[in-house]
Amino acid sequence: MPASLLANLMERPSFSRVLMRTLVLIAYLIIFAPVSMIIATSFFSQEIVSFPPPALTWHWYGNAWDKPEFLRGLVTSLQVALLASVVGVPIGTAAAFAIVRGDFPGKQAISALLLAPLAVPGVVAGSGLYMFYVLAENTLDHDIKATTQGLVAAHVLLAIPWTVRLVVASLQGLDRAAEEAAANLGANPFTVFRRITLPMMRPGIVAAAMFSFIQSFENLDLSLLLVGPGRITLPVAMLNYLEFRIDPTLAAVATVQILIVGVLMVVTDRFVKLSRVV
Amino acid sequence: MASLSIENLTKRFGASLAVDRLDLLVHEGELVALLGPSGCGKTTTLRMVAGFLPPTSGRVRFDAEDVTNLPAHKRSTGMVFQSYALFPHMTAAQNVGFGLEMRGLGGAERQARVEEALRLVRLAHLGERLPRELSGGQQQRVALARALVINPKLFLLDEPLSNLDAKLRAEVRIEIRALQQRLGLTTLLVTHDREEALTMADRLVVMEGGRVRQIGSPRELYDEPQDAFVADFVGRCNILPGRRENETQFRTESGLVLSVDTTPNESKNANAFALRPERISIRPGAEGDLNGLLQAVTYLGPQTEYHVRVGEELFVVVRQTPGADEPLAAVKPQDQVSLRWDRKAPRLVPQTSF
Repeated sequence: MPASLLANLMERPSFSRVLMRTLVLIAYLIIFAPVSMIIATSFFSQEIVSFPPPALTWHWYGNAWDKPEFLRGLVTSLQVALLASVVGVPIGTAAAFAIVRGDFPGKQAISALLLAPLAVPGVVAGSGLYMFYVLAENTLDHDIKATTQGLVAAHVLLAIPWTVRLVVASLQGLDRAAEEAAANLGANPFTVFRRITLPMMRPGIVAAAMFSFIQSFENLDLSLLLVGPGRITLPVAMLNYLEFRIDPTLAAVATVQILIVGVLMVVTDRFVKLSRVV
Repeated sequence: MASLSIENLTKRFGASLAVDRLDLLVHEGELVALLGPSGCGKTTTLRMVAGFLPPTSGRVRFDAEDVTNLPAHKRSTGMVFQSYALFPHMTAAQNVGFGLEMRGLGGAERQARVEEALRLVRLAHLGERLPRELSGGQQQRVALARALVINPKLFLLDEPLSNLDAKLRAEVRIEIRALQQRLGLTTLLVTHDREEALTMADRLVVMEGGRVRQIGSPRELYDEPQDAFVADFVGRCNILPGRRENETQFRTESGLVLSVDTTPNESKNANAFALRPERISIRPGAEGDLNGLLQAVTYLGPQTEYHVRVGEELFVVVRQTPGADEPLAAVKPQDQVSLRWDRKAPRLVPQTSF
């Protein structure tokens, strides 16, 4: 219905149509301006960015490639993001299932708690975790901070709220009658879950995995205190670089980052229409 | 196919009684419709028969077998849901084959039965489509095929036509009924649409507030409603509260005296006069025993509806639309008209039976 309404609005050659298009254009400009500026800057030849650039160059990409901390950071970030999603998405999915389908005391509180990491500033959560890790290390006599496990554990906290949100939404929109129909046709509860419920939840879970991955991949504030030597994520590596230099190398690195996230979204969209889930 | 017997079935949700001591026997091959307004307990009853809801008390039997405590997936009923409830990630053929797969039927035999079922609903050519690639009517037929292919003991229909447009609904109604009779399916149909119930069912159960108001054939319910609720729910009805004066007269609350015949065994506490609009004849002019003022004339194509005020009472009359040269064709609002009916046509019924 809204789509046809929109189409209707678009067809009428009138003031409202022009206004509509202008607003859409402005919205796109605002959204894409920073991204396109970063990409453009990465090709500017001079060190201190000025406009218009005297020449265009691939130099900064080469420069970034030459700095091992960026490549290592990229590998670490991909690794952490992947592990955090692999661990966080199933936990979040199970939690979402319990929230939507379950009936137990404190359900509301747990539901709120699972979304809470979204509301806590990353730096605060990061320092909290740092202190917790120090305590845990003393008790367990085992390294946690500055390890991949410690970092992944922290990033799982990013994955859970996103997963809970997206999967709860997809579960709430799910037609329970389909599950009943399956039972009616002779499927036991486990088969119903495996053959009907889970496939129907798939778009939500795939979207959750993608968002969890991106959240982790580009996270800076939560990771800041938890990274260690040789275990530095890409955003932290970028910040470190920024302490000493400011040149378009960072724009080149950021462009690669944007590209990875962009490809990921396009690929995901081929499997599930993201616009239907998010 | 099995027969279905429901004995003293009760469902309580917290303080509210959704279904109250329901007794019903559906014979083998019979189509029984549960008819009533929303919240009357008809869907709750169906869900208890399907095994989706545990009853608070009472029993459900398929033939002699007590299935009250059997989970839904072991009951072998074929249900068509209001939303069709097709599996969105499976093709039409996979949807239809699901029940057979659950019964461990594989390979060529399953495929053959799926094809046969799809042919039965005239969808053989669309088996590879996903539900979202099918029209509403086609989805509905997939749902039918899916429920029937497993040779269920019982065929359950939950408002199966409510998502179709009016024209398609009339067609599918006839189609389902024909299929049901041809295959001899013991069927329980839930609907709030009286026309659907009247045209499809062998017997109707009119429910209200979790209880059965009346069970009978469509004709019995239409012509001999036991109370004002049934009279009104099964079809349009002029219902005028009042009291019986003597064997041939009924006095409405406003004092209007109407002719009736009370000799048939009517309920003792009958306090309402019920008369179908099409049982009243109307004539222009005020020369009859019951004269009134025409309030409105509504042309409905084959029929015309007249609203007539007699004293303080309003009568709705539905007649076949008169030909252009008939005197009735010329009447217009504010004209004098006279009404009459066969004394045997009205029923005296209680306003509430509880």
